Amino acid sequence: MNTRLLPFYATLLICVLLYAACVIQFPNMLSTRVLGNLLTDNAFLGIAAVGMTLVIISGGIDLSVGSVIAFTGVLIAVLVSHHGMHPLAAFAIALTFAAVFGAAMGAIIHYLNVPAFIVTLAGMFLARGLCFVLTTQSIPINHPFYTALQGLYWRLPGGGRLTFIGGLMLAVFAAGIIIAHFTKFGSYVYAIGGNRTSAELMGVPVARTTIGIYALSGFLSGLAGIVFSLYTSAGYSLSAVGVELDTIAAVVIGGTLLTGGVGYVAGTFFGVLIQGIIQTYIVFDGTLSSWWTKIVVGILLFAFIALQRVLVFVSERRISGRTIARSTG
Amino acid sequence: MTANVSPQDDVLLSVENIHKSFLGFKALDGVDFDIRAGEIHALLGENGAGKSTLIKVLTGVHQPDSGVIRFEGREIGVRDTLQAQHLGIGTVYQEVNLLPNLSVAENLFIGRQPKRFGFVDRREMERRARALLAQYGMDIDVSADLAQYSVAVQQLIAIARAVDLSGKVLILDEPTASLDRNETEMLFAVMRQLKERGMGIVFITHFLDQVYAVSDRVTILRNGKLAGTALTKELSKIDLVSKMLGRTLAEVTHTTHRTAPPASARRISFRGYGLSRSIAPFDLDISEGEVVGVAGLLGSGRTETARLLFGIDVPDSGKATVDGKEIRLSSPREAVAAGFGLCPEDRKTDGIVGDLSVRENIALALQARRGWLRRLSSREQSELADRFIKALDIRTSDMEKPVKFLSGGNQQKVILARWLATNPRFLILDEPTRGIDVGAHAEIITLINRLCDDGMALLVISSEIEEIVAYSSRVRVLRDRVHTAELTGKDINAATIMRTIAADTPLGDEPMEAKQ
Repeated sequence: MNTRLLPFYATLLICVLLYAACVIQFPNMLSTRVLGNLLTDNAFLGIAAVGMTLVIISGGIDLSVGSVIAFTGVLIAVLVSHHGMHPLAAFAIALTFAAVFGAAMGAIIHYLNVPAFIVTLAGMFLARGLCFVLTTQSIPINHPFYTALQGLYWRLPGGGRLTFIGGLMLAVFAAGIIIAHFTKFGSYVYAIGGNRTSAELMGVPVARTTIGIYALSGFLSGLAGIVFSLYTSAGYSLSAVGVELDTIAAVVIGGTLLTGGVGYVAGTFFGVLIQGIIQTYIVFDGTLSSWWTKIVVGILLFAFIALQRVLVFVSERRISGRTIARSTG
Repeated sequence: MTANVSPQDDVLLSVENIHKSFLGFKALDGVDFDIRAGEIHALLGENGAGKSTLIKVLTGVHQPDSGVIRFEGREIGVRDTLQAQHLGIGTVYQEVNLLPNLSVAENLFIGRQPKRFGFVDRREMERRARALLAQYGMDIDVSADLAQYSVAVQQLIAIARAVDLSGKVLILDEPTASLDRNETEMLFAVMRQLKERGMGIVFITHFLDQVYAVSDRVTILRNGKLAGTALTKELSKIDLVSKMLGRTLAEVTHTTHRTAPPASARRISFRGYGLSRSIAPFDLDISEGEVVGVAGLLGSGRTETARLLFGIDVPDSGKATVDGKEIRLSSPREAVAAGFGLCPEDRKTDGIVGDLSVRENIALALQARRGWLRRLSSREQSELADRFIKALDIRTSDMEKPVKFLSGGNQQKVILARWLATNPRFLILDEPTRGIDVGAHAEIITLINRLCDDGMALLVISSEIEEIVAYSSRVRVLRDRVHTAELTGKDINAATIMRTIAADTPLGDEPMEAKQ
């Protein structure tokens, strides 16, 4: 079996076991209602995590995700509630801004050859600061279009509801998988993550691809911001603090190597679900503090990073064993 | 010096009078080179001879300072690797430059994947990949990650990709370095097949037997200059070796070898010392006041020997004794503790710390030996630096100047000073005179002689035969990772050393010879 797929299978297995364990303790958790809520509650996280997956596969990182989510939320709230703009127009403006913001970070990373960590850290502060320029208050959004979108759902067998935002997340994941595996852009992302110099020598358009990756991550963060504002019906400067770290956790638990080159968008989906299941368990239990989510996620992260190191070690040994066997004679 | 092939032969790619310098160092100094359709042209030279620079000029990685590049008769300027690819010049580097995390098919077709409805058609891509590799007699799972395959297969995939993309000139940079004999044969078969198809192949290698096995012409570079171009079948092995190692040291040609000092009890011995796949077990004794020269071609195991003696690589057989007492050498730290020192071959990457000052570089090894708790005061460091700057005549405006701004010869002296400061009893010098000017060259040789007179034991590795003759009391000759001979007394002369290096009976390569 391909060892690269092993972390993905491990994630899948943990996700299923975790859910099974929850169901054994709380049989009520086995319902489409819970599953539907799981998707709805984690929609914004999942959408942002798709962008983060591609960023990390390319060997980078995007710390601006949470701030961009907050900024788009605030921007939309200001445009809709204070300026009476139609939400769709506000969405278009917010998404364009987020994509351009990401592209600019990508351009700085590539052309000035600055580590992504630093550039996106600056982006994180910048976007968060811009929120407060717009407003310091939580602005509620009351618009018929919002109410309509929030009321939109597909009924699942068993009484569950797949809401608009839950469905949107599934669609984004599907699109992410197609981009990663069935477009030239996707193969360039993996190539840059594998070895930037080799990729360049092989004729991969590194500049264009790097800018595209961060533009896509920015765009998806903007989309996550829209979903978050639909979810909370408000825009607030202090929302989504630290969401970038949750998405990174989901990506790593999903089996993507932080060093780049290896990873699956589908794995990230289960990484998001695992976090969601833990939260749901805490809600069902009722006595546990929600901070237990962080503790369990922390433990899982350690476990997965250890697993990745072991796999990398094993495959390196296998490869070096093979080359040594060859150089004899 | 030119081969007697008629000039109207189909010249694909040629360079004339190419010059290229890096920070004053002449990497290429008026080199002419050409490659014709349907030939395999071997490019030879020791480290630093200018092979890689020439290749990089041909493929657009470097721009030449002056000179003309012609492709199919037209004068061209190669701006970058992509343009070279489009012209038809494909390169496969020593380190396979593919992407191990992508599938074989993706590696072959990245950037030009077949599409269907706007999306990559993986099935069609894999079909084409299989068809492409079938031309080379390979039948492998093209959807698997490249990392799953051996270096040899990756090498062939890289060649298949380069030929498919470019298809006129193929440059192979030491493709056989990590291949075994069967794999090398496989590669040669592919090279001959491509030659039949009218491609021009530049083949860089340091295995002389492979040059004779597969190439039609040979070009030899030495110190950035053209040492000669000839038809392979008209060039004897001894001529080839003498062109590679050359004779440039006019200053010291008169020097005779030293006589071996009387065998002293205080000596360092290695018995059956070896590491499989690196260097075959060898015996070596070095007494105080003795210089052992190590001669051999690139890849013969010279540097491997140095690494083993200094504990960088840990031997899997044999033992080391100092003054009759057995010692363990499993790390450079232990070697330093035993009084060993090593000036490595590539001073830029392994030796100097470019941003630190001359003073700090000199104090480094002594400080490391004392441990970080017993810090050398800056006064002690200054005294130390001052002493060695004077003793070795290191030319620097002051001792606080970062080492990277010094010339190559002076950098070399700084490294020497660093080890001399620790007062070693056994000093290993790997190519101490590489890439430094003639004046500094002579000084380093004088210095080696002086250290030896002061009672130090030295092991000096060099590609300069004349230089080895000048200071060695004994000469080790290495070939194909085996210590094949030790020359003493009147056998220490350039002719004998070269004959020993070029001697036939290539170990373990008979089948390749048989094929010729």
